[in-house]
Amino acid sequence: MNFWSNLYYRYRRFAKAFKLYLILTGPGIIVMMADNDAGGITTYTVTGAKFGYGLIWFLLLLIPVAYVAQEMTVRLGAVTKRGHAEAIFDAFGSFWGWFSFLDLSLVNWLTLVTEFIGMTAALLIFHVPAVLTIIVVSVIMMLMVLQGRYWTWEKIAIFFSLINLIYIPAAFLVHPSVSDVLAHGLIPHFPGGFTGELFFFLMANIGTTIAPWMIFFQQSAVVDKGMKEKDIPWGQFDTLLGAVFTALVAIFCIIMTGTVLLGVNIGSAAQAAELLMGINPYVGTFLAIGLFDAGFLGAICISLASSWAFGEVFGWAHSLNFRVREAPWFYACYLFALVTAGSVVLIPGAPLVLITLFVQVIAVTLLPAALVFLILLLNSEEVMGRYKNTQMQNIVSCAIVIAIIILSSLYGISTLFPGWLG
Amino acid sequence: MAFENGMMLGRVREFIRRQYLIITEINRKYATPRITMSRWVKLSLLLLRLYLIFLVLLLGYRFLTLIS
Repeated sequence: MNFWSNLYYRYRRFAKAFKLYLILTGPGIIVMMADNDAGGITTYTVTGAKFGYGLIWFLLLLIPVAYVAQEMTVRLGAVTKRGHAEAIFDAFGSFWGWFSFLDLSLVNWLTLVTEFIGMTAALLIFHVPAVLTIIVVSVIMMLMVLQGRYWTWEKIAIFFSLINLIYIPAAFLVHPSVSDVLAHGLIPHFPGGFTGELFFFLMANIGTTIAPWMIFFQQSAVVDKGMKEKDIPWGQFDTLLGAVFTALVAIFCIIMTGTVLLGVNIGSAAQAAELLMGINPYVGTFLAIGLFDAGFLGAICISLASSWAFGEVFGWAHSLNFRVREAPWFYACYLFALVTAGSVVLIPGAPLVLITLFVQVIAVTLLPAALVFLILLLNSEEVMGRYKNTQMQNIVSCAIVIAIIILSSLYGISTLFPGWLG
Repeated sequence: MAFENGMMLGRVREFIRRQYLIITEINRKYATPRITMSRWVKLSLLLLRLYLIFLVLLLGYRFLTLIS
């Protein structure tokens, strides 16, 4: 009897905790899954085709990297109840505030263009014209925010995040050898030696793991969701789960192209999907759907990150819980970003490749600043109170942030000077 | 026609003046950094400035080599 009552008690406790998690889950999972955006999926598919399973171990190392950076935004948002843009203005003054805000607006808009490029390329495989894709996507994205509740938006975004897991069944469909994956993927090594090309791909994978918009998005989402200090552990768990899922998606993406397209010179995920259509139509279809979903997830998060930042800086009402008439500028900003970014993709002869490269370079100017501000804010007693970083957290986060800054800077520089790494 | 153009110009001027006032107000609101400017904070901000100057110079150099 004692055993059964104990078991029932444990079940009730777990069920209660799980229900609480379902209520508090959101920002962490969404931001991490959106991290695997159209650009990210392209990076993973090309990495798999180039190095096979050889860099899977490196993606596992990126789980703590992504978690440490994003976890700080949960604490900062829950304690200060302010988004990152407003927090920078408030803590460091208007010079750094304007710098971060203008840089973020530019990077986000350019990244949004790349998400539209990814979505249109994915649906072109199914012969859907780019104009139709952009119009339908923009309408869906507007409807998602116009319903007037953050909670509803979040649950729809989580649904699209789950579609991102489509790469897992896709990888199983190509029947990879598990022993090969374990032997070549989990033991740290540099396939083909530590060449300039390999270094570029390592940097590209880091560049896709942490992006400036993620910091701004998650902090604003935590504030909009109304998370309090007591919810921080759940927010941290949500972020950790998201970091694990994002790495899983990346790894299965690599397994998929590493099994079927190893040695094939591909330039984008859309190209990989087209090639896979000829080999296994299901896998090609899955990759195309996944690429579209990745672009869509990235687009909804990036455009929201910008709108939140505008609202915070200019003092407009900026919450998904407001109706259009209550926060007209917030929604106008969101619509403006969507329409302009979508239109660029439709301009005949628009320099889309140049824009994609430019994003990486401009992001490098913002990422170090955003991360440094994050650490400084997390160390401020007057801002964080008892939730400030401990010494151990500082050692880990500083080491990770310095590594990210060095590698992402080298990535940006090598994009500017392609022959630089040899 | 001239009257309509004048009206339009007036509206644009009013819009720019309003935006200028908003930005001035934001600058005034955040004129003093709230964070304590300790040695580490000052050093971090200085390094960040130097890093950004380096990147801007690099971008400028790339731009010049591209157009030449």
